[in-house]
Amino acid sequence: MGTYMIRRFFLMLLTLFGISVLIFTMLRLVPGNIADIVFNAAGMIDVAEKAKLEKELGLDRPIPVQYVEWVSGLARGDLGYSYVSEKPAIDEILPRIPITAKLAGLALLFAVTFGVPLGVISAVKQNTTLDYVLRVVSLSGLSLPSFWLGLLILMASVAYFGAIPIYTDPPKGFWNTLLLFSIPAAAVGFRSSALVMRLTRSSMLEVLRQDYIRTARAKGAPARTVNYRHALRNALLPVVTVIGIEAAFLMGGLIVTETVFNIPGVARFLVEAIRWRDYPIVQNLVMFIAVVAVSINFLIDLLYAVLDPRIRYAS
Amino acid sequence: MTTKLGSLAFGTFAFATLSIAQAGEPKHGGILRIYHRETPPSLSIHEEATFSVNIPAMGLYNNLVVYDQHKPQNSMGTIVPELADSWSVSSDNLSLAFKLHQGVKWHDGQPFTSKDVKCTFDILQGKAKDKFRKNPRKDLFNNIIEVTTNGDFEVMLHLKRPQPSLLAMLASGYTPIYPCHVSPAQMRTHPIGTGPFKFVEFKQNESIKLAKNENYWKKGLPYLDGIEFTIISNRATAVLAFVAGKVDMTFPTEMTKALIADVKKQDPTATCEIGPINVSTNLIVNRESPPFNNMELRKAMALALDRKAFIEIIYQGAGDMGGTLLPPPEGVWGMPPEMLKTIPGYGDVQKDRERARAIMIKLGYGPNNPLKIKVSTRNLATYRDPAVVLIDQLKTIYIDAELDPVESSQWFAKVARNDYSVGLNLTGNGIDDPDQAFNENYACGSERNYTHYCNKELEVLFDGQSVETDVEKRKKMVWDIDKKLQEDVARPILMHARSGTCWKPYVKNMTIMSNSAYNGYRYEDVWLDK
Repeated sequence: MGTYMIRRFFLMLLTLFGISVLIFTMLRLVPGNIADIVFNAAGMIDVAEKAKLEKELGLDRPIPVQYVEWVSGLARGDLGYSYVSEKPAIDEILPRIPITAKLAGLALLFAVTFGVPLGVISAVKQNTTLDYVLRVVSLSGLSLPSFWLGLLILMASVAYFGAIPIYTDPPKGFWNTLLLFSIPAAAVGFRSSALVMRLTRSSMLEVLRQDYIRTARAKGAPARTVNYRHALRNALLPVVTVIGIEAAFLMGGLIVTETVFNIPGVARFLVEAIRWRDYPIVQNLVMFIAVVAVSINFLIDLLYAVLDPRIRYAS
Repeated sequence: MTTKLGSLAFGTFAFATLSIAQAGEPKHGGILRIYHRETPPSLSIHEEATFSVNIPAMGLYNNLVVYDQHKPQNSMGTIVPELADSWSVSSDNLSLAFKLHQGVKWHDGQPFTSKDVKCTFDILQGKAKDKFRKNPRKDLFNNIIEVTTNGDFEVMLHLKRPQPSLLAMLASGYTPIYPCHVSPAQMRTHPIGTGPFKFVEFKQNESIKLAKNENYWKKGLPYLDGIEFTIISNRATAVLAFVAGKVDMTFPTEMTKALIADVKKQDPTATCEIGPINVSTNLIVNRESPPFNNMELRKAMALALDRKAFIEIIYQGAGDMGGTLLPPPEGVWGMPPEMLKTIPGYGDVQKDRERARAIMIKLGYGPNNPLKIKVSTRNLATYRDPAVVLIDQLKTIYIDAELDPVESSQWFAKVARNDYSVGLNLTGNGIDDPDQAFNENYACGSERNYTHYCNKELEVLFDGQSVETDVEKRKKMVWDIDKKLQEDVARPILMHARSGTCWKPYVKNMTIMSNSAYNGYRYEDVWLDK
């Protein structure tokens, strides 16, 4: 187990290094830089002033030099300054992380709370009316785009309640926060829960056909024990993988939901930063999302070992 | 030696009196909540060129003179004193003197003096030690030789040649006075002004907050305790937020005709106004790149345009046909309709297209041999949609065009490099004034003269109209120039946009400017009746 963990950890570091090179290079391959954008916004191009700005921001230096400076800054905890707001990048990024984390956490909670039990029920009650209903619900969850669902929620809310559940000011207190985030979380979580539910269902169906399940039933084990103790635990492996992927996605992929509900989170900020070619924000934020994604994957790998003894033994 | 043109009589008291006359007894207090369509690049007006900056930032500053904030049509006659109590022009029209208001303080408590005025123009002209990161309107003030001060409260602008329009430029929302003691970098992040509101906070993607300037030099103003701009980039969400009462006002001049109808259906109490914003959609043709270096071909393209169709399709009829300058009645300097009709391409579309087809056949093109081109434009809906209509219209004269959407950040760089053949562009005018419109867009060598149109004879006329002090005489000169520009296919104007603003009935004293989207956001005497 120890060797397995160490190996996964070093693999994680290597992945992060690769990602850092990739982010840095790709960002500079995208046409235009902050100087282009700044002057475009003014409808003009002044070559001399543009060159001056590029020099001021250090964009005239060779790309490898810029990379080394960024990575060494990262190691020192210095993320540089946002080109747009001219504030330290850390001050721009840090306050937005908890906002997205709350939204992602709630969405994930929604997905797991509804997805796993409903998936099990659907599998256990295969080909019954309940199964058909749940399958239709899950299919709609996958088919309805979250921006459409979000807008529909907002329109209905305005039409029927005369209020709109969007973020305009930081919510005060636990309940206000929960109230504000639960609606967008449900809009996002609906899709994730549908995914989790469908995967749980198919995985459960596969496991329920295994010999050891038949043996357990033949030995007279109660249906509940068979389903939840013997079947679900083994069926969860692919589900945990998907939950991990969803968790990583939710930290940086909520662009549309954050835009529709006007949530000033990481994803919306990232899109805006890309639009402005605000390199210090983009590269640090993408790096942060990468760290989250890689860490979640690392944890999932560890969880595999806990859930499946074969992985432990093999390593 | 001097002629007195302005006085305090037009000043602060007039604003307050007008407020009462328009909307009853004003009440103090309350926060005006407006949604903002995007995160503005900064709040330093001098460094930016979008009204996304003017709208939240104009309340932070004052100008020497300003357009009357309650007269929708900006003109020379609606300019009133602000930081300058009065102004006078020398008999040779070569200097403009201002007497400054005394006792004005910057938001940080420093006194405002003539030095600040000098500093502002020095930095705008690139003469100061401190430089702006970008200086998009430096050319507007080329005619100023120098700014001199006489004591702390008198300042004089010395001009190379007479220029009546200079006052209009000074009255624009784009020309606030900046403090000498605050660096351009700080003005971008934490602006200091003398205006009715103080800067509190600017969070990217979240909000911009302004608070009442308790020590504002116009006694009794502002009425509001503050203004909060919530940044809501998704327009559907923003409009719903307005309907639900989460904000008191939409982002100025952002509502289309269809959206206004939708809002009025959901909230019949809302006040909505729609009007021109002095933004034109225009066709740019690279006159240096063959075959477009042929004037006949450019002329045929201009003759193919059906401007009414553009207005119907893009603005559901809420647009105007015109030349370079915004057409009347809202526009002060635009050509009258009867003159417009005499310009090729503005009359009978079918006949014009017949002529265009004849030209194209003469040039060797036809139904079986169409001219294949790309229409480049910025990859934004406001650019792309009219470009698609343009492509459709060009087909009628044997031009087979393909849309070339250019990533927004690359658009002006591409145009500046002349790396296009045919393009579609949008041009916003900060002020309804011929000097700005002609020199910025059509003068030889101007950065924003994207088609590189250069007509030395016409440039003489640009200067001729610029020095003319008789408004009526000047108008006729301007019309002739504008007509010539259209006939020369310098940059055919397809249409002038109209768009709207909505606010709740309890927002009082709100006036939307009808010939500029850049000048009417001081908000010092706006109040809330609730």
